[in-house]
Amino acid sequence: MRPWRHSIAVLLLVSTATLAQSSLPPARYANTQLEDPRQEAEAKALMETLRCLVCQGQSIADSDADLAGDMRSLVRQRIKAGERPEAIRAWLIERYGEWVSYSPPLEPLTWPLWAAPVVLLLAGLWLARGRFRLKRR
Amino acid sequence: MIAEFGLAALWLAAALSLLQLGFGVAALRGGEGFASSVRPIAVVQAVLVGAAFLALIQLFLRTDLSVALVAENSHSQKPLLYKFAGTWGNHEGSMLLWVTVLAIAGAAVALFERSLKERTLVATLAAQAAIGLGFYAFLLFASNPFARLNPAPPQGNGLNPLLQDPGLAFHPPTLYLGYVGISIAFSFAVGALITRDVGPAFAKAMRPWVLAAWILLTLGITAGSYWAYYELGWGGWWFWDPVENASLMPWLAATALLHSVTVLATRDGLRAWTVMLAVVAFSMSMVGTFLVRSGILTSVHSFAVDPRRGAFILILLALYIGGALILFGARVGTVKEGSTFEPVSREGALVLNNLLLCVILALVFIGTIYPLITEAFGTKLSIGPPYFNSVVGPIALALALAMAAGPLMRWRRDRLFEVVRRLALPGGLMAVALVLVFVLAPGIRVLPLLGLALAFGVGAASLAPLWKRNLRRTPLFIWGMAVSHLGIGVSLAGMAAESAFSKERLVAARLGETVSVGPYAIRFESVDPVAGPNWTAIEGKLTASRGGGSFVLRPQARMFSAPPTETSEAAIATRLDGQLYTVLGKPDGAGRWQLRLWWKPFVTLIWLGGAMVAVGGLLALIGRVRRERRARRAEEGE
Repeated sequence: MRPWRHSIAVLLLVSTATLAQSSLPPARYANTQLEDPRQEAEAKALMETLRCLVCQGQSIADSDADLAGDMRSLVRQRIKAGERPEAIRAWLIERYGEWVSYSPPLEPLTWPLWAAPVVLLLAGLWLARGRFRLKRR
Repeated sequence: MIAEFGLAALWLAAALSLLQLGFGVAALRGGEGFASSVRPIAVVQAVLVGAAFLALIQLFLRTDLSVALVAENSHSQKPLLYKFAGTWGNHEGSMLLWVTVLAIAGAAVALFERSLKERTLVATLAAQAAIGLGFYAFLLFASNPFARLNPAPPQGNGLNPLLQDPGLAFHPPTLYLGYVGISIAFSFAVGALITRDVGPAFAKAMRPWVLAAWILLTLGITAGSYWAYYELGWGGWWFWDPVENASLMPWLAATALLHSVTVLATRDGLRAWTVMLAVVAFSMSMVGTFLVRSGILTSVHSFAVDPRRGAFILILLALYIGGALILFGARVGTVKEGSTFEPVSREGALVLNNLLLCVILALVFIGTIYPLITEAFGTKLSIGPPYFNSVVGPIALALALAMAAGPLMRWRRDRLFEVVRRLALPGGLMAVALVLVFVLAPGIRVLPLLGLALAFGVGAASLAPLWKRNLRRTPLFIWGMAVSHLGIGVSLAGMAAESAFSKERLVAARLGETVSVGPYAIRFESVDPVAGPNWTAIEGKLTASRGGGSFVLRPQARMFSAPPTETSEAAIATRLDGQLYTVLGKPDGAGRWQLRLWWKPFVTLIWLGGAMVAVGGLLALIGRVRRERRARRAEEGE
């Protein structure tokens, strides 16, 4: 596991440096789907929630950048090896920080974010209640 | 000379907006004779800034490289259309378009608004001038589009090839007309607060302007979504990108405003709330401008950003929104909220509509700026589709339900039993659709399933108000409402179908190979070099067949030289039941080419629905204006 992991990290570094015009051939699964449709669907769902780190606000699932291709390949290979999507996300976050994941984590800093829908709906209902005649005439 | 002329016109327009503000204030303080000059000044101001904008277009058409902006963003070899549209494909040009639209909106009010009280109109135009003044200052001191470059370079840098598309000619102007046009609602609200004139007459006067801005905003967002869909080459049509959110937020606020203004006009309720929404709608436009132009958020739209400019817009933002809110706070005591309602009534449904729209607006706002907040605490995080889809999706579906029920409820008071009875047919249709989809497409996710079922229910319910009416005597704005609501249902169906049933195929294919995607077999015939005016490309030839018929698609991989960029031009075939989307990728060096193929069932419904929403708005606008004019004529005739 270790040496393979290392080579991926190097690959990612190299492709960042030569982003515009890479002469390296694209990674194995950069633009090739997994054979098992269920695994591919799983990989695709994960890729749509990972940020392409060198792009302007695109996910790796819809970016032409070489780095995005390398990350797609990494995701597909790991899914193929049977890893759970959330484990892969955690692995990427460990390397690149929360920035890489479009799905904000649930932690004290983001509690307000996840509480917002319920809080806002309740606050709205409370504000709107004055508009209604609730007593029956 | 043209650049100097443009700059002079811009300065004069700025001076006139100061005059417009001064005269407006003087008139409101009781100065005799000032009021009559405010309208003409507003018109001349718009003519001048329009002249400045035309001057900039002329500079781009001529590729005058002695102008810094042209040299940085244009190129003499660029096709004429993109020289023209490239005028606003950069920071300074897009801000000049921004103030031009602002001034044109003000001039339109000065020329065509006849039903508002004169004092309120003067206050409105003064408020519009006050906004203009700040943004003129921004242009003249921080983003001068006419700055010269000495010596002039022999060639320009060119325009980002992603923008070199007919979409650039259409999408930004339409979007800005709506985005900045909503400033009128803001100025109306400020004007009415100043003259204490908030009431049904004010609401009736404001409604057509809100409608007009909303129609253009709807069109602009729809067009922008389709543009991103075909240009970016990966088949996505909405990304929850900060800039998309920046255009969605004013739309949500304007949609809420459109409905609350109806309550104010018809039932004299929701006065303070409507004024507040008008302030919020344009505030969201300014927040969006700040988010986009400051480059504070990473986005596909961030070109040429500069933190100093961000600070400038932030100050303007604080000044205008803060000023309006202070005025609101000071005057809200004098604005009675108006009549209260029965919960089961048309008004009740409209309040629910406003509540849900505003919650969605707040969630989009929070999700968009939250990364900035966490960054202040040292954590850089991203908030994207997983968050927005999961929090906005369910509320949007609830909103669609309210939309289905609302038009079938009576004003003032209705009986729950009656409403349920009127909803029986659409509700039954929805249940049948739910079961059918679930049986025919097992394993479908919850949101697309509910979305599809709701689309049928909403579609039927939106046509129900036309049921048993004499269709020729049905007022145009009822037609408008039905068409718009039906459009939402159509769009919802497209979104759900696309997300549930899309088929994707990514392959490395040799010439002569046949690949299948969805119902199509696609034969990869050949690749040939082709050349355009400022690009060269490799063009693939794909023959797609399904059943008996076949047709040819020619996706391209384009290479631009100025600036050096590669783009992919997708080839898309539109059929009645969906779109076949094909992209030619890179060769792998061993005789194979990357192909990306999608079959997207009913995806076109997304934008067809968006267009229907806008057309419905247009019908309502025509209907309202005609009725207003007839009423005024009848009054004058008496």
